[in-house]
Amino acid sequence: MEKTVNQKAWFLILPVLLLVAFSAVIPLMTVVNYSVQDTFGNNQFFWAGLEWFEEMLRSERMWDALGRQLMFSAIILAIQVPLGVFIALNMPKSGFWSSFCLVMMSLPLLIPWNVVGTIWQIFGRVDIGLLGYTLDALGISYNYTQNTFAAWVTIIVMDVWHWTSLVALLAFAGLKSIPDAYYQAAKIDQASRWAIFRYIELPKMMGVLMIAILLRFMDSFMIYTEPFVVTGGGPGNATTLLSIDLVKMALGQFDLGPAAAFSIMYYLVILLISYVFYTVMTNLDKKGG
Amino acid sequence: MAKITLDNLAHSYYPKPKGEDDFALKELNHDWADGEAYALLGSSGCGKSTLLNIISGLLHPSQGRILFDGIDVTHASTADRNIAQVFQFPVVYDTMTVRNNLAFPLKNRGADPKYIAERVQQIGQMIGMEAELDKRASGLTADAKQKISLGRGMVREDVNALLFDEPLTVIDPHMKWELRTQLKSLHHEFGHTMIYVTHDQTEALTFADKVVVMYDGRVVQIGTPQELFERPQHTFVGYFIGSPGMNVISADITGKVANVHGTSLALNRGYNDLNGKVEIGVRPEFVALTKGDGLPVNVRRVEDVGRHKIVRADLFGNEINILAREGMEISPDMNRVTFDPEHVNVYVNDWLKAGEVA
Repeated sequence: MEKTVNQKAWFLILPVLLLVAFSAVIPLMTVVNYSVQDTFGNNQFFWAGLEWFEEMLRSERMWDALGRQLMFSAIILAIQVPLGVFIALNMPKSGFWSSFCLVMMSLPLLIPWNVVGTIWQIFGRVDIGLLGYTLDALGISYNYTQNTFAAWVTIIVMDVWHWTSLVALLAFAGLKSIPDAYYQAAKIDQASRWAIFRYIELPKMMGVLMIAILLRFMDSFMIYTEPFVVTGGGPGNATTLLSIDLVKMALGQFDLGPAAAFSIMYYLVILLISYVFYTVMTNLDKKGG
Repeated sequence: MAKITLDNLAHSYYPKPKGEDDFALKELNHDWADGEAYALLGSSGCGKSTLLNIISGLLHPSQGRILFDGIDVTHASTADRNIAQVFQFPVVYDTMTVRNNLAFPLKNRGADPKYIAERVQQIGQMIGMEAELDKRASGLTADAKQKISLGRGMVREDVNALLFDEPLTVIDPHMKWELRTQLKSLHHEFGHTMIYVTHDQTEALTFADKVVVMYDGRVVQIGTPQELFERPQHTFVGYFIGSPGMNVISADITGKVANVHGTSLALNRGYNDLNGKVEIGVRPEFVALTKGDGLPVNVRRVEDVGRHKIVRADLFGNEINILAREGMEISPDMNRVTFDPEHVNVYVNDWLKAGEVA
C-alpha cells in the first residue's frame, strides 16, 4: 500500500499525549525533580545532585524495610502459589459445584484493600475479634499490636486469604485447557498421580502460573493499605514494609528529597525484578514450557 | 495378547437412554480373535471411538460385558487391562526428552533399566527417530510428536491389544505409508491383537486382515477386504468402500428379473416376496458401457485417473459410475450400460438379500 505522508496526523495523537503527560510523565518528573533538590521551606529549592540517593543507599532504615519487604513477598509467594495450585487441582472440573467454587473464591478478590484490612484488624482483636478472642481463650498468646510474630502471622494470613484465589483461578484456567487425551494417555501409560501432575499438569500450567507469580510478586511488593490498617507498621517497625516506610518519610516527616530518591529506587527495583521474571518467562515459552 | 469378546455391549452417553436412537453404540456381540489385525472403518461420529474407548477401559459401557480371554474386565481399570492406545492427536510429555517419553510406560510398570534402554533404542529406530532421542519432545513437529505417541504405544511387548484411534491423521502422506508398513510388520513380528480405527478405506484395507465397518452406531459388516468388496452386506458398505462406491439403483424384482424404470434386467439368482425398499447394487467395476443393449444412460463426463477411466453418467435421473479400462475408446454412441449378473447384489431396506440359485 502507498504510504501517505501527512504531518497533521500528529495532532491526532495529541489527546493521548496530553493524557499520558498529566497522568504519568509529569508526576514522575516531579518526583525526579524532588529527588535531586533540597528545601528549607518557603518553596525555596537548592540543587542537591545525587546526595539523597547516596544517603538512602547508606540508610539502615531503608535496607531494613527492603529486607522485611523481600521476606514478606517471599513468604506469601511460598504459601499462595502451592496452595493455589493445590486448590485448583482439587476443584470440581464442571457442573454446579465448579461454578459455585469459582464464585466463592472470587469474593475475597472483590473486597477493597482497606476493607480487608479493617476486617482482619477487628477479627484479630483480643477484646472483640472472633479470632483474637478465641485464641486468647484457648490460652494461646496472640496480640498483633505487641507481638512481632503475631503481627507477621496476621498480615500474612490476611494476604493469603485475600489473594490465593487469584493464583487458584489462573491455575484452574490452565488445567481446564488440557485436552482429555492427555489424561487418557497417562492412564494407558499407567502414570501415577504425581507423574500426571509433574509431566502433564505442571508443564501445561507453567505459562499462567508464571503470570500469577509475577502479579502476586508485584502486588505484594507494593502492598500498603492492608498491613497499614491492621498494624500501622508496628509493633515498632516490625511490619513497616517499603511503601509504609515511604509514606512515613514523605508525608509524616515531609522529607521530600530522600522520599523521592527512595521512590525512584523502589520503582527501579520492581522494574528490575519484573524484567527478570519476564525474561525467564519468555525463555520458558521458547522452550515450549 | 488376548481374545477380546464383546457380549451384548451397548453404550449411550445419556444417563437414561429412551430409545435406540440415544445409543451411540448399539447392541453388539463380537469376538476379536487373538493376534488379528482389525480395522474399524466408518464415517465420523458412527461410534468407532466410543467402541475403542470401551475396549481400553477409558469409558464404561451402559450395558453388556467385555471379556479378555474369557475373563470379565468390564469394570477393570485401563491399567489392569494392559492395553496400549494411540490417539488421533499427538500426546507427548513436553518436558521429557524423546527417549524418556518412550521409556515412560515401561518405567511406570517398573521394568528393568537395561531392558528399557534396549527397547527404547529399538523403538526409536522403528519410528525413525534414533537421532532425536535426546531432544526435548516439545520442540518437535506434529508428525514427529505423533511418531513418539505411536512409539509409546508399541514400546510394551506384553500388551493384550494395541488400539489406534485414527493415528495417522496428522502425518505426511509419504510417512503414512511407511508407518503403516511398520505397524503391519510389527504385527507380523509380535502378533498383537490390533484394532485400528480409521475413516480412510485405503488405510483400513491395507492394514487389516479383517475390516469392521460401522454405520450409525452399528456394526454392518465384518469381513476381509475382498468380502467387503464383492458382497457388501449393507448399502453403506457398498458406498463407503470402493472408489467410486457401489451404484445403488431402485428396482422391482420378481423371480430372476429386475425391472429398472421399465427395462428388464436378468439376474442369476431368484428372489421372491420382497417387501420394503428394493434396490440393486453393482460396483462400477462390473458395469460396462455399450452401444447396443442395456439400460439407457447419458454420459456426463469421463475422468481419466491413470490406471482406468471413470465414466459419470445419468441413469433415469440418478448418477451411475462406470469403470472403463484405460485403453478403451468412449464414443458418443455408447449410451447403454449392462451389468455383470454375477456381481449384482439385491438389497432390501439397505440390507443384502441372499437369492436362491435355481
